[in-house]
Amino acid sequence: MTTARRPRRPWGLGITAALIYGFLNAPIAVLVIMSFNDSAILSLPFRGLTLAWYGATWRDRAIQTALLNSLTVAAAATVLATLLGLLAAFAIYRYRFWGRTSFRIALNLPILLPGIVTGVAMLAYFSQLGLGLSLGTVIVGHVVFGLPVACGPILTRLSRFPRSLEEAAYDLGARPAQVFRGVIFPYIRSAVIAGALLAFTLSFDEVVVTLFLTGRENTLPMEIWSRLRTDITPEIAAIATLVLVASTVLVLLSQWIVKPDR
Amino acid sequence: MNLPATSSVYLDAVSKVYPTAQGDVYAVRQVTLDVQPGEFYSLLGSSGSGKTTTLRLIGGFEQPEYGEVYIGGQVVTEQPPYQRNVHTVFQDYALFPHLTVAENVAYPLTVAGVNRSDIAPRLEEALRLVHIPNLGDRRPAQLSGGQQQRVALARALISRPQVLLLDEPLSALDAQIREAVRQELRQLQRQTGITFVYVTHDQEEALALSDLIAVMHSGQVEQVGTPLEIYEQPASPFVARFIGQANFLTGQVIADPASDSNGTTAQAVTVAVNGIALGAIAPHQRPALGATVTLMIRPERIVLGNGPGDTSTTGTIVEMTYIGQRVEAWVDTPLGRLKVVQLGDSPTVGETVQLTWSRDRCILLTASAA
Repeated sequence: MTTARRPRRPWGLGITAALIYGFLNAPIAVLVIMSFNDSAILSLPFRGLTLAWYGATWRDRAIQTALLNSLTVAAAATVLATLLGLLAAFAIYRYRFWGRTSFRIALNLPILLPGIVTGVAMLAYFSQLGLGLSLGTVIVGHVVFGLPVACGPILTRLSRFPRSLEEAAYDLGARPAQVFRGVIFPYIRSAVIAGALLAFTLSFDEVVVTLFLTGRENTLPMEIWSRLRTDITPEIAAIATLVLVASTVLVLLSQWIVKPDR
Repeated sequence: MNLPATSSVYLDAVSKVYPTAQGDVYAVRQVTLDVQPGEFYSLLGSSGSGKTTTLRLIGGFEQPEYGEVYIGGQVVTEQPPYQRNVHTVFQDYALFPHLTVAENVAYPLTVAGVNRSDIAPRLEEALRLVHIPNLGDRRPAQLSGGQQQRVALARALISRPQVLLLDEPLSALDAQIREAVRQELRQLQRQTGITFVYVTHDQEEALALSDLIAVMHSGQVEQVGTPLEIYEQPASPFVARFIGQANFLTGQVIADPASDSNGTTAQAVTVAVNGIALGAIAPHQRPALGATVTLMIRPERIVLGNGPGDTSTTGTIVEMTYIGQRVEAWVDTPLGRLKVVQLGDSPTVGETVQLTWSRDRCILLTASAA
């Protein structure tokens, strides 16, 4: 008997990948470790395990307000962006109009443009209009980049929607609204939810556009940013860890929702 | 021709035009069809013949640039599909993947706002009609092709439409079950009495199922007739070639029925082919004396040897193909090379044989539209 030939394992490739992955994620791991560090400043070495910084976060009024602001902005921006994204995707899918391709590309510009450009542009625009800065202007700013994010998955899903299903529904006596509710929306529902979760996550983490467009109110990332300049305690690490956990849950949720039906 | 008022479906000189850079393209040109209530009516043609577009014009998915569409005596030319009392069985069945079989079949009733309690018995009846009473809880993805097709049929029939449109419903099925389903379709149509308009490219399917067939070619109707008429008395070379096999002969009309001394029927004509006088019938139009015309004889209507028939010639067999149950032979005769198909013993190549047929199997064709 000869021994069976085995394919060579690409060990080198695996090690390289592990190193790169470590390089990418080590800072986050360090931050998480620091949030449990029994030390007054945000640095290593590790002096002992404590939940004190999480307790401090829990009692911090400024953090509570900022979190509430962030949730308000993200929720409002997500609803608006998803609604407009759905309409835009449907228009591109359904109608052959003049400038359709340009419309599609222009829709994605806010993702491609640096946030700072969007921020400056909108700030200039709002001040021309004489609009005071507030959470409202922040919401508008977030809708601008949330829209293409929400629109993308919906459009992808719609492009695979078999036209004959829609025709069958009309044929069997369904009116346009019934066709949308009963046939088209169920088909794209998972894409709508996935897009909305993605838009929510991006809005919740956003700093640059918010920096330009907010008035006196702070969102959570802004609060963290402003604290970094004054009191750098492991409380920031604790906040960041909580945000990280929440974001991860949302992203996993959106992945999980998209998967089951294809 | 009947009035549109009594017809199930009546297309009045309908045209569908697509503008292109090279000018207008007619998908359907000046099509007039008359489908009577309870008829099994087939639109037969190859791809690009306009048969599917015609079906979509009846269903309301397309609107014609010219002409009018009548359903049940009403003009519906500009009505959307959901206002027409017409349902369609789509080629890919178009079952709603997120709904169960029961929900799919009940869909027309649900969107029409029929009470839940009234839906149940009709659902049961519809599922029984297509022999799938126990599949109500399944999803379309869990069904075989044949079962999906039954669901599509049940869904299209549950609200008892005036007309059922079928777009190549058998083309996605395996060859083995296709014939069984074909029989069931015909039975279903007789049972329900609903008018069927059936689109197919399969001539055998059309012949087996239909009361009437409209043969379409290049967006126009070439001929409308019963399966027997279409096959035995094709109107044009296109129809003769599209359905079955045909020998074509060209000649001049030397005697029309009026002057035909031994004329058996009013349709009889005599045509000179290569100087030989040949009896034929002209079921579709009266040819002018001296006109150049095309005759058609089906290969299986020619008998090798001294068979029954009033017309005969002799020839030499130049080629032979044996295909099991039948033999195909090419015979050189004074009239030209003729193809003969017959059952039974095969003659040998080089043999001189007599060919016999009867004059009413020799059909005078009119020129094709395209």
